[in-house]
Amino acid sequence: MVRLSLETDFAEVWLEGEISNLRAPVSGHLYCTLKDQTSQVRAVIFRSAAVRLRFGLEEGLHVVVRGRLSVYEPRGEYQVILDHLEPKGRGALQLAFEQLKRRLEAEGLFDREGKQSLPAFPRTVGIVTSPTGAAVRDLITVLHRRCPILNIIIAPVQVQGAGSAEQITAAIQALNRLGVVDVMIIGRGGGSLEDLWSFNEEAVVRAIAASQVPIVSAVGHETDVTLADFAADVRAPTPSAAAEMVAPVLTETAERLGMLTARCRQAMTSRCMEQHQRRDLLLAHMGSIRFRVLKEAQRVDGAVTGMREAVRARLRQAIVNAQTWTQALMSRSPVFQVRRDLVIVPQLRSRLVAAVNHGLKRKAEHTRAYLGRFNGLSPLAILERGYGILETMPGRQIIRNAGQVSVGEEILARLARGQIRCAVEEVKLDPSD
Amino acid sequence: MAGVKFEQAMARLEAIVGELEKGDLPLDESLKIFEEGIRLSKNCLRVLEEAERKVEVLVQDKNGKKQLRAFTSDDIDVPESAEDS
Repeated sequence: MVRLSLETDFAEVWLEGEISNLRAPVSGHLYCTLKDQTSQVRAVIFRSAAVRLRFGLEEGLHVVVRGRLSVYEPRGEYQVILDHLEPKGRGALQLAFEQLKRRLEAEGLFDREGKQSLPAFPRTVGIVTSPTGAAVRDLITVLHRRCPILNIIIAPVQVQGAGSAEQITAAIQALNRLGVVDVMIIGRGGGSLEDLWSFNEEAVVRAIAASQVPIVSAVGHETDVTLADFAADVRAPTPSAAAEMVAPVLTETAERLGMLTARCRQAMTSRCMEQHQRRDLLLAHMGSIRFRVLKEAQRVDGAVTGMREAVRARLRQAIVNAQTWTQALMSRSPVFQVRRDLVIVPQLRSRLVAAVNHGLKRKAEHTRAYLGRFNGLSPLAILERGYGILETMPGRQIIRNAGQVSVGEEILARLARGQIRCAVEEVKLDPSD
Repeated sequence: MAGVKFEQAMARLEAIVGELEKGDLPLDESLKIFEEGIRLSKNCLRVLEEAERKVEVLVQDKNGKKQLRAFTSDDIDVPESAEDS
């Protein structure tokens, strides 16, 4: 009764409030409480309505909702069954954009570290865009104006409406698989947030971030910002600008190549010249080195001479010193004493000898005098005076008496000098005998 | 990816020029990289002169396989639809 009454009387109500006590069970229905400063009401979003939500419900989210009143009979509570929710103050898409951006950002999908730099000299450019728009013509025109030799591969896709996100994703992956594409431009002309929405789809954003080929995004006009722009390696404000970023100006490239080649030759030439100069310089340097070596040699010679001189002087001094010391030493030396003694001893000796000789001489004179006196008594002295001594033979008896001999016998006369054997011829005896 | 090779060749040529201009390398080393530089320069020039300028379209055949075919003016001569402003 109550339910019927409520459901008919309040078939469409508009409410505004904050979401709290949000619950999302596996059934797919969503339950929450809508409240403002003074009141609150239970709310339910059945699955059929929940899947149509472009944005995620969050605690504290300020929403404007449309629904109908009903009663949850098991508990006897009344509730609002919501069929449309919109974030207060901004569009649902805007909120969805912000929510997805926040989520992918937290995942690191937009990090600068993941960005690739664009090739400076691409040969083949891939384009993911609608084949029917102005964008594709602009891109081809600008690319070939700047670089007439570029190869271009167009991957035509629907850029808005059902299935467009899937096509864009597939095209990015297909161009990657070709293996010849150096850089890719994905984009479209301007449009509403709704029109550009495919470029905010999670699948597209992830495909861009995962691409091995660097991607330039050019979605809409400069003021339009999509998540594709955040995921791309470079964001261009317009398709024409993207073409300018991607394609080098061929004449500039050729000019640069020419310049580099010229500089290469120039550097080599001056390198060779420099080598010549260096050789000359080296020769001059070598000359100076030789001079220095000579000078050095001279100095060494001088030093050696000086040293030799000094050594000699020292040596001389040392010798003098040694001599002085030797002399000093010698003067105190026992050798010296001995040598002096050696001089003195012979003197003493000769003096002694002289003295002894003198004494001896005197004695000898004495003796001689005595002997002289004795000589008068000596038979020898008598013999000297001419006397002779007769002796018997062979008895050698001094003959003092003639009777001692007989005639015929031999006797010996001893003289002062020599002897005479005599024969006795006559014996005359003294009368007295 | 011919573009990458061209780019590497240009970068190497640039490095060689820098090295030669610095003049720190011994003469024979300089001569070696100079010859390499001239070779690179010729190769790069050939790339610039011999490039093809192809425009192709990546299309899906009946079996769902992606194929490349030459781009013709018909591909963009379709009247502009409302979806692309």
